[in-house]
Amino acid sequence: MFGLKPDLCSIPMPETYLGADDYAKNAARWCPGCGGHSILSTVHKVCKDKQYAPEKTVFVSGIGCSSRFPHYMSTYGFHGLHGRAFPVACGVKFRRPDLNVFVVTGDGDCCSIGAGHWVHAIRYNMKMVVLLFDNAIYGLTKKQTSPTSRVGTVSNTHPKGSVLPPLNPIQTTLSISNVSFVAQTTDWHPAHLYATIRKAADHPGLSFVRIVQRCPVFMRDLYESAAADPGSLTLLKHDNGIVLDPAIEKTFKHVVSHDPSDINKAREHAEMKETIPVGLFYQNAENPNYDDYGAHNLGMTIAEKAAAINDMLDKYTN
Amino acid sequence: MEKAATSAKEKNTSAKGTSPVIIDEAIVEIVSDSGEGAQKCGQSFGAISAKMGNGVWTVEIIPAEIQPPARSREGASGIRVRVGSKKVTNMGDQAHLVVALNEQVLFGRISQQAYKEGTVLLIENKWAQSEQENIRKQYAEALAEFKERGYQIIEIPMEVECLKIVRDAQKGKNMWVLGMICYIYGREVQKSHDQIKGIFRKKAQKIIDSNIALFDSGYNWAKENLDFNYEIPAMAVAEDQVVMNGNEAISFGTMASGIELCSMYPITPATSASHHLADYFEKAGGVVHQAEDEIAAIGFAIGASYAGKTAITITSGPGLALKTEFIGLAVMAEVPLVIVNVQRGGPSTGLPTKVEQGDLLAALFAETGDAPKIILAPATIEECFHFVILARKLAEAFRTPVILLTDANLATGVQPFPRPKINQEWFAGPIDQSPWKEDVRPYEWNAENGLSKRPIPGQKNGMYTLTGLAHDEKSRVAYEPDSNQRSMEARSRKMAAFQQTLKKPTINGDETGDLLIVGWGSTLGAIDEAVEKARAMGAKVSALHLRFLFPLEPGLKEIFSRFKKVMTVEINYSDKLGDPMITPENRRYAQLAWYLRAQTLMDIDCFSNVYGQPMSPGKVLDMIKQELNIK
Ligand SMILES: Cc1ncc(C[n+]2csc(CCOP(=O)(O)OP(=O)(O)O)c2C)c(N)n1
Ligand code: SF4
Repeated sequence: MFGLKPDLCSIPMPETYLGADDYAKNAARWCPGCGGHSILSTVHKVCKDKQYAPEKTVFVSGIGCSSRFPHYMSTYGFHGLHGRAFPVACGVKFRRPDLNVFVVTGDGDCCSIGAGHWVHAIRYNMKMVVLLFDNAIYGLTKKQTSPTSRVGTVSNTHPKGSVLPPLNPIQTTLSISNVSFVAQTTDWHPAHLYATIRKAADHPGLSFVRIVQRCPVFMRDLYESAAADPGSLTLLKHDNGIVLDPAIEKTFKHVVSHDPSDINKAREHAEMKETIPVGLFYQNAENPNYDDYGAHNLGMTIAEKAAAINDMLDKYTN
Repeated sequence: MEKAATSAKEKNTSAKGTSPVIIDEAIVEIVSDSGEGAQKCGQSFGAISAKMGNGVWTVEIIPAEIQPPARSREGASGIRVRVGSKKVTNMGDQAHLVVALNEQVLFGRISQQAYKEGTVLLIENKWAQSEQENIRKQYAEALAEFKERGYQIIEIPMEVECLKIVRDAQKGKNMWVLGMICYIYGREVQKSHDQIKGIFRKKAQKIIDSNIALFDSGYNWAKENLDFNYEIPAMAVAEDQVVMNGNEAISFGTMASGIELCSMYPITPATSASHHLADYFEKAGGVVHQAEDEIAAIGFAIGASYAGKTAITITSGPGLALKTEFIGLAVMAEVPLVIVNVQRGGPSTGLPTKVEQGDLLAALFAETGDAPKIILAPATIEECFHFVILARKLAEAFRTPVILLTDANLATGVQPFPRPKINQEWFAGPIDQSPWKEDVRPYEWNAENGLSKRPIPGQKNGMYTLTGLAHDEKSRVAYEPDSNQRSMEARSRKMAAFQQTLKKPTINGDETGDLLIVGWGSTLGAIDEAVEKARAMGAKVSALHLRFLFPLEPGLKEIFSRFKKVMTVEINYSDKLGDPMITPENRRYAQLAWYLRAQTLMDIDCFSNVYGQPMSPGKVLDMIKQELNIK
């Protein structure tokens, strides 16, 4: 590898070096122009850069266009039930701290049917990356209103326009106890998308990443103009935030400085209306992780277990 | 005892210290308002009896509310203990002796037909002197009614006697009562003292001493004042016995199966199994996860199982309903998993604390589409232990969820059984992390028996994406008609393959006869007892008890054909012929009967009811007598 013999090198070398393609499997079946494609290739790149062992990596999803994601990964995958990716992912991680766990979920999957699990998964704060593909519409079932749809969204369930204000996934997540990482990015800004997912993968807890995602089929208007206009985004900038190459940073028309340890400011930025804020809203690496509790007594031998049970049975024995 | 006086105070003290009458068994109840320690008293009485080598069955009497008002008729909280010279397998029929801390709670039990003419009621008499006139009146009226009903009443100055030892009789009266009944039934004083020391082992010595003093006081008072006492000879027990309830047995079975995760959401009457695990599991290498709801509980368990740590989820009716979609996924994607459903009265929230066997058809068929999975029903507390171990093994061997159906009766019933000899082969081994053979597909269904092996995350070359969508052998989403047909066949054939390994069920009684009673789950003891009594009266009746409900044990049709009539006995709802509106055409059968009729095309009848009570041997015996025209 690299023309070097492993014994000539003092740093341990991985047995094989995997390229981004090594993480890909099956041609993605999303519509042309769907935001899913760029997210997928970005995730392949992050996996490559982290050199995740594919056999030690699990992508868990629910049901929806976005939830097809695991089928396009060469890792292990779990494409489960609508709304239930979180409990499955948490169960995978609980007694398997050696696995890298990702959750891929849609706005209906996470913020509607799975909303209860979403709240609790944030609170469990287990080490995993959550990618919320938010296209503000139900894609797979063909254009119904989503909890994140803007008021007035014309859909098949609200032909005269939806009537309720949208739920704000960033604000909601920020309000949950034990939240430890909240970021926002978009599918059409590959550099920011990469830097965000990469930062999320490095975080020692649950990192929640909302990806503002284009659905050219059912939400053509919403993000099409935004994607073409560099002025549609506001970059949240900080040394502890999502750090971009200065040349790329310059392409943002709106930049505000935001310290990701400041949750109150994060809440203010989450309410930004004119532009889409992207960056790291909040990070706290100190919060407790429920997976540490789950794994605290791993590895007992059968003989040890049997002996412990025998001791317990003594209390029940005449 | 026949001549028990109406008031102990008036009794001629020359009667004291009578020599004991030898009896086969006793059914004793202690009832009170909740929080008075009746259950602790009865559990101790049961444990002492088990230690003396008696057969024991204990069942709690639970009010539906946590804190029902004091002295209310529905508020009866307490315990029934059946102690015998032989193995005791059920709660029996009417009680022989009842200790009541107030007279009102007896009404609830009377309406449940717990007592009969001649039942001895030992009643706290402080209410006769109550400052409140209405209480004095209630007390006098109740006693008059009890007398009318033919119960033998003995008024006991429990409060007065306790106050000689403690300042607050409310605390500790239960131990005084324990002393009294231990005298009545000739329980060994030393073993009783040891039991009390055990209960209060975490408390100060002062508290232990005062409780022992209360016990002794009750014991001596009974000796001096009562003109009856008994002896219940012990059986010879060779092996060590453990004493526990069905939920504790489930918990021990979980640990002894090597399962390392119980993922649950609290629900009566299942919760105490998880409580027990929460107390002990960590030392046996496991953890309890309390999820945010039942859906999450099973999803979490499935995640762990998928990752190689087969998990258990424990629930009851409403929880099973919520888990349904995930059970379908586990069937579809062939994820091993153990699901315990401690049945309670349904539908909906139903009767949370009461027994029912109403979830058999839900376990079989609740999922949409065809979702075959293994369903087992332990019939004893000992089986609750062993069946979890079996379930974990079957789940992995057949790559399937396994549902264990127990019920509130098994969950709270306490019984001694031979101490399990923990066998290392019961335990799940470490997760296989060796490289997967690259050319083996994740659902490489054996053409004949449908079985396949699954890769586990961490295994190189085994990577696949599990899906609940129709899929092919490579776990690729597949909508081709052939592929769907084939995968359904594979999942069904696994069950057939498992069925072929099952043994024909054994019959209690003759192989042929006039009536065969078929039961499942917690009714075993009551059915067997009734059948044995009926056989002693000359009835040609036998019993068969099913443990495997899906797939069913083999040979049923052939066995059934040897009896003139086959009838299930179940604790669930069925229509009765002759009731208004009910015709042979529209009659709805009890669940096992319904299912066996469909399976065997035989005219199987049923006897079932939903009084929220365990099946009693007397009720089954009456039914047999009626069916076979025995007077
Ligand atoms: C229990 C259940 N209810 C409904 C559905 C149908 N369903 C599938 S995906 C979906 C919504 C998808 O929207 P979203 O989660 O936003 O994902 P997208 O397709 O937009 O990526 C619905 C309602 C289902 N599969 N399961
Ligand atoms: S419908 Fe929308 S979200 Fe779904 S694949 Fe097509 S573009 Fe993507």
